[in-house]
Amino acid sequence: MVNRAKIIKDLQKKARIIRRDIIQMLYEAGSGHCGGCLSSTDIVTALYFHHLCYKPDNPDWPERDRFILSKGHCVPLLYAVLAEGGYFPKGELKTLRKIGSHLQGHPDMRKTKGVEASTGSLGQGLSIACGIALGGKMDKKSYTVYALLGDGEIQEGQVWEAAMFANHYHLDNIVAIIDRNRLQVDGPTNKIMTIEPLVDKWKAFGWKVITIDGHDMSQILDALEKAKETKDRPTVVIANTIKGKGVSFMENQVNWHGKAPNKEEAEKALSELT
Amino acid sequence: MKSTRDAYGEALVELGKSNKNVVVLDADVSKATRTKKFAEQFPGRFFNCGCAEQNMMGVAAGLSLTGKIPFASTFAVFATCRALDQVRNTIAYPRLNVKIVATHGGITVGADGPSHQSLEDMAIMRAIPNMIVIVPADAIETKKAVKESVKYEGPIYIRLGRAEVPIVTNKDSPFAIGEANVIQEGDDITIIACGIMVAVSLEAAQLLEKEGIKAKVVNMHTIKPIDEDLIIKVARETKAIVVAEEHNIIGGLGSAVAEILCNKIPTPFEQVGMRDTFAESGKPEELLAKHGLTANTIVDVARKVLKSLKGCLIIEKKS
Ligand SMILES: Cc1ncc(C[n+]2csc(CCOP(=O)(O)OP(=O)(O)O)c2C)c(N)n1
Ligand SMILES: [Mg+2]
Repeated sequence: MVNRAKIIKDLQKKARIIRRDIIQMLYEAGSGHCGGCLSSTDIVTALYFHHLCYKPDNPDWPERDRFILSKGHCVPLLYAVLAEGGYFPKGELKTLRKIGSHLQGHPDMRKTKGVEASTGSLGQGLSIACGIALGGKMDKKSYTVYALLGDGEIQEGQVWEAAMFANHYHLDNIVAIIDRNRLQVDGPTNKIMTIEPLVDKWKAFGWKVITIDGHDMSQILDALEKAKETKDRPTVVIANTIKGKGVSFMENQVNWHGKAPNKEEAEKALSELT
Repeated sequence: MKSTRDAYGEALVELGKSNKNVVVLDADVSKATRTKKFAEQFPGRFFNCGCAEQNMMGVAAGLSLTGKIPFASTFAVFATCRALDQVRNTIAYPRLNVKIVATHGGITVGADGPSHQSLEDMAIMRAIPNMIVIVPADAIETKKAVKESVKYEGPIYIRLGRAEVPIVTNKDSPFAIGEANVIQEGDDITIIACGIMVAVSLEAAQLLEKEGIKAKVVNMHTIKPIDEDLIIKVARETKAIVVAEEHNIIGGLGSAVAEILCNKIPTPFEQVGMRDTFAESGKPEELLAKHGLTANTIVDVARKVLKSLKGCLIIEKKS
């Protein structure tokens, strides 16, 4: 248990580094999505620095676990963990969204090492994950495919097509994670287009559902373990989060969905992330 | 007479035997697309996605990322319109090795009517970067196209038909993606066609022959990348070009040919195709007749364009 406490502490420290990288990148880029990056940071940090099997020096290693960022607009978070994980030098993060950079505004699997799928058009990542999971089953591979979706994103009908598919083909090697930060571009999800009852919906689609506090490292790790052990059906982790988590003036602010901080805001944010 | 979809069903089974990586996806129309044949032979490599074309394209993308060669099939209108964003962003943009083979292209779908007829699929697929577009002329060419598609690593759209169509190629006819075939020589006018209109063009060429007009006929089975060299060559060798396609005259083969002609070698040009209108329910032959996708229309158009050239300088310039 001492060991676990240390793991959690290290991951929390890592998450702070990742949040700082996100703020810095977005400031340098001058545009991008703060809120959804920060709400998913703890989950994605736990995945990349504790849970996933991968080899940065061999990105195509066939046995690796796959992570699909279905909510592609949060790609700065993915770039930050990939750089921290050793896929490419951290110094390159400041080229985000700039011409000639391998760090596109939304994930491009052909340009960035470690990016598993090109996403950005919402609602498509879970289908891609289904295909990879199905291929893995056919080849008797033991990898797991993780897909991170936004709570606004699941308003896309294709998500539910994929949810049906994963259940029908018993894809227990898929774990969907929903960043339930309760906000989308135009406002709160419950005002724009309600997605509740969320747990019942996924249950009705045949999925195992685990609900957690998406900022509690211990709960995140437990959920990922449980999800991996589930047999015969896919698992969805509904992670209750705070959009903009970690930066006081961004937290729960719909305006910070698709905005980058200016110099002053970035400095203030960084001062809170120490 | 044989439908290209029937040939597709057979080709898939043959491919399935020789290539273990071939997997097939369908969206609840496997009887009609003929992928059912593959499903029966290789149940472990066939996945019905139900009525969910968008998800099917995403699953195909994912399967390709594991080294499989997915064939995703449904009707042309659903493959290219319903699932367009998925095809564009998830398959074409990352250049994934997915083969989209759609049946029920054109108006020869017949009785099901405009909701199931596809007039714009070639235009749509052609406009997407990285996408290759093939429209085989008959059953024999379909088999070749399907088998060749596996040798190319990247996204391909193959448009097939529902109706039975005449055989115009034979097993020795060459087929290479992007290389069109001259299937009849002539030096007055060139008819460029794809799909079922190749047979119709050959018929038109025979009618023209009776009037002393020698028509060259080109089977342009690859719409993209279009065979630019051959278009320039036939534009030099003949006085005018007529394009015939079972597709809207906006954006399809006619447009592709016109782009080359306008840019490289301005040439008198006419189109035979759907005149920017939806069709209706009816028998394939009735619909083709009503919308002028016939040998007689091609003959009329050919005559007209040649007549308009009388005394025109452009003829001299070319030789
Ligand atoms: C198909 C599609 N429609 C619209 C958009 C524009 N868009 C980008 S993010 C977003 C809202 C996403 O909300 P949510 O999934 O809750 O993301 P998060 O809160 O985690 O940032 C929208 C509508 C898009 N990228 N793709
Ligand atoms: Mg949200």
